Amino acid sequence: MSKYWNEEIECMSREDMKKLQSERLVTQVKHVYENVPYYKKLMDEKGVTPDDINGIEDLHKLPFLTKADLREAYPYGLLAKPLSDCVRIQSTSGTTGKRVVAFYTQNDIDIWENCCARAIVAAGGTKDDVCQVCYGYGLFTGGPGLNGGSHKVGCLTLPMSSGNTERQIQFMMDLKSTILCCTPSYAAYIGESLKEMGYKPEDNKLKAGIFGAEPWTEEMRREIEKSLGIKAYDIYGLTETSGPGVSFECEEQTGMHINEDHFIAEIIDPKTGEVLPEGSKGELVFTSITKEAFPLLRYRTRDICVLTREKCSCGRTLVKMSKPMGRSDDMMIIRGVNVFPSQIETVLIEQGYSPNYLIEVDRVNNTDTLDISVEMNAEQFSDTIKDIQKKEAELVAAIKTMLGINPKVHLVSPKSIARSEGKAVRVIDKRKLH
Amino acid sequence: MAVKQISVFMENRAGKISAVTRLLGNGGIDIRAMSLADTTDFGILRIVVNDTEKAMKILEENNFSATTTKVLAVGLDDKPGGLAAVMEALYADNIGVEYMYAFVSREAEKAYVMLRVADNDFASKVLKEKGFILLNSGDLFGEK
Repeated sequence: MSKYWNEEIECMSREDMKKLQSERLVTQVKHVYENVPYYKKLMDEKGVTPDDINGIEDLHKLPFLTKADLREAYPYGLLAKPLSDCVRIQSTSGTTGKRVVAFYTQNDIDIWENCCARAIVAAGGTKDDVCQVCYGYGLFTGGPGLNGGSHKVGCLTLPMSSGNTERQIQFMMDLKSTILCCTPSYAAYIGESLKEMGYKPEDNKLKAGIFGAEPWTEEMRREIEKSLGIKAYDIYGLTETSGPGVSFECEEQTGMHINEDHFIAEIIDPKTGEVLPEGSKGELVFTSITKEAFPLLRYRTRDICVLTREKCSCGRTLVKMSKPMGRSDDMMIIRGVNVFPSQIETVLIEQGYSPNYLIEVDRVNNTDTLDISVEMNAEQFSDTIKDIQKKEAELVAAIKTMLGINPKVHLVSPKSIARSEGKAVRVIDKRKLH
Repeated sequence: MAVKQISVFMENRAGKISAVTRLLGNGGIDIRAMSLADTTDFGILRIVVNDTEKAMKILEENNFSATTTKVLAVGLDDKPGGLAAVMEALYADNIGVEYMYAFVSREAEKAYVMLRVADNDFASKVLKEKGFILLNSGDLFGEK
């Protein structure tokens, strides 16, 4: 079995890829202009017509779409196909404001599932694997996407959905799952539960995990790899463009290859909207060039990352994106400083604490407060108050070094912070700013 | 000549102490001595019990951070100056006390304190030489 799902595309020369993207972009812009009045209006306002778009070099002329547009156009405003041609709706997890709904034709679904199949094959998946999918099924794209990809590859698919950890583990053991797909926080929880049940990392048959849908750190990756005895691969996507599989990691684990035959990626300055040169850190923008029902052009993801075209040892030529520092939805501005939960998580794991934490932000007397609760295990607990206070002070200092602001740290008992089975709730912002 | 004490970490949250004591009570654990140290954020419940191993197991199973420490159980005369005599004995040999707490005895005219010091062996030697009684676990639970 090949190490690629679609070698021709995944290893395509830069020239050919540019040509393919250009052709598809030109067709897509016409399709959108003719079928999506909402976007036509945006183009008209900018004075751009489909005739101005002759290739990817003209991409920057197109107007941006933001999540606000998606909310305004809810539910049908960005639909480019008659509903009778659509076969599926998926929706965002809706943590902030109104949900976003996305529509799919059968062709859209096939492309999406093929993108996921690339990710599974890149993680070493073949038709001989048993793929346990414990992303949520339903409106959330995680379960359906990986489920479809797993079918395409020909894996024996376990459509577990999230939750019921004991059953997850029972199936994992009895049916010898070899690939695990879920959120990284749930993978960490499964690892913890296995240990509690007396299993060693080598007792399971897992070889790889495909984890995404929330930001996670390199440290957390190592923890999960150790606790489950696997190699952990990152996967990225968003409902707005399709779902998981927009980009995926290969064995090099140095970033995620973007499926450029379907999505053109740009990095822009989030303040000015200006396109930044390769290698710059900025906001990731995607243009769907094959999507039929819900084709978003220049959609601002609010994810902050870097794109690189350095040669990858896996042989793929697809551009790589760095792990997003966090979606700007996750970014908090505390006392004027941009703070991502992933930064705090990095410090906690470096200092030997569990990745189970809770960040609470509040505003008292017009000053933002940052409180971080961290679980302390029995080995870390010593008998005296001053030792615990010293531990707290060390954490405060390390976090202050990372963020530049002083947090309050509270050590708490093991398991006292609620575990997640889907996307973890890491942040509670009690400030009433709006 | 030291006894095992269990320290339980507790974040300040309503119902924590009640939960721990009920768990131990249901497990048939007899608490012989206890103290609670607190800060604004968390507390440490320190207890000496009849069955340390079982109590630790119960605590672990219920997700409490707990650890055991050896402390000295010192008997002294239950009269004015009784405690001062112990402290003076330690101070004379430059032994610092990390923390201490008193507990009741079933024997008349005797008072007891649990002492946490850096070096149990040295402190025991000093106290014994000066005639103080040190109790072991058997003494604490065997006198019924």
